[in-house]
Amino acid sequence: MKLYVIDHDGVEHQIDGIDGWQLMEVIRDEGLDIKAECGGSCACATCHVYVDEEWQNKVPEKSEEEIDMLDLAFDVQDNSRLSCQITITPSLDGLRVTLAPD
Amino acid sequence: MSNNPQKTDVVIIGAGPVGLFAVFELGLLDMKCHVVDILDVPGGQCAELYPEKPIYDIPAIPVCTGQELTDKLMQQIEPFGAVFHFGQMAESIEKLGTGTWLIKTDAGTVLEAPVIVIAAGGGSFVPKKPPLKDIESYEGKSLFYAVRKMDQFRDKSVVIAGGGDSALDWTLSLQPIARNLTLLHRRNEFRAAPDTINKMRKLVSDNLMKLEIGQLKGIKGEDGFIDSLHIKGESEEQDLECDVLLAFYGLTMKLGPVANFGINLERNLIPVDTEKFETDVAGIFAIGDINHYPGKLKLILSGFHEAALMSQKAFRYVYPDRKLRFQYTTSSSDLQEKLGV
Repeated sequence: MKLYVIDHDGVEHQIDGIDGWQLMEVIRDEGLDIKAECGGSCACATCHVYVDEEWQNKVPEKSEEEIDMLDLAFDVQDNSRLSCQITITPSLDGLRVTLAPD
Repeated sequence: MSNNPQKTDVVIIGAGPVGLFAVFELGLLDMKCHVVDILDVPGGQCAELYPEKPIYDIPAIPVCTGQELTDKLMQQIEPFGAVFHFGQMAESIEKLGTGTWLIKTDAGTVLEAPVIVIAAGGGSFVPKKPPLKDIESYEGKSLFYAVRKMDQFRDKSVVIAGGGDSALDWTLSLQPIARNLTLLHRRNEFRAAPDTINKMRKLVSDNLMKLEIGQLKGIKGEDGFIDSLHIKGESEEQDLECDVLLAFYGLTMKLGPVANFGINLERNLIPVDTEKFETDVAGIFAIGDINHYPGKLKLILSGFHEAALMSQKAFRYVYPDRKLRFQYTTSSSDLQEKLGV
């Protein structure tokens, strides 16, 4: 399973998706610049990503908690997500996201 | 403020769970502590990030929240009478000729101790800054992340950005004294006390303040003084004239002045040994999330263990002539006396 992550410099990284992991975790383990300060508990909004348009309806929906937490992020868009709240499944093979500025 | 140093045995930087438990372990060995933390409450990340979130991996506590863990730790260390310096950042350290350390905070507090324990987690909690060009030039002049003196905003045209309790509370407090006030938030829903939200909405409907739904995209101004903010709304962009901006987007962690303490750092972490959790500078220890060693796990559990081992070595600095007696709280009347049980 391959995921594509575009970093703050616009460089695209192909990384291996792991079924059941948080998207944040695979981005972090790849060494990309994502703070994820709270460690994946939807409490800090520092793992903010933009999901590519074609994938927007394929990722699981935002919870109320995630919508609230996005208030602490900047440059929030319709396709904004906290990557700790997206669990990787085989159906996300090919998912493309961009790291939001922080 | 007096700059006479307050003398103690150990200065702990960071009042998170690991810093608090260090007070306990050091206390059992007769060492008195002062604790410095930039937040105004104990608990560190547990208080700031997840006060209401459950923690399941504290031994013998099947579940507790971050706040409950903090409260229990404060109760546990109560007998040791640690002195807390909240709302302050440890800014600099200096070695004195006597071999002890002088620790200064940004609030002017000066502490003196033979041992420093850095339990600063991910660093100091500082306000999140909007990622806007030249934003630093406005800070402290017309852009603020906190209100220190309300009077500073009297008769000013104020924009408050954010949708949480801080934004809403300050909206209500500053609306009566500001010349005009606009609350700027990215959506028409707020994460704040319902009563506060209702009061804000009443002010809006009475035309006593404005509510703008949108996000900050830019600042225009000169010499640090804001002329206008560029706002992107749902459908349109606009410039919003104002004198001051108060931005409440929560806190983030920055290593801060610890980086200038003269101790070895690797990727913003402090390497320590696993026997004493001491840094490369004698008398300075690092425990909890801020340290690194082979096999390190960022768990509260690990930080507690590190606090216990650190205390053994700290004792040698504080009481160089005393023999350390290893005792159990279960059986030692001496320890039980210290605990007041």
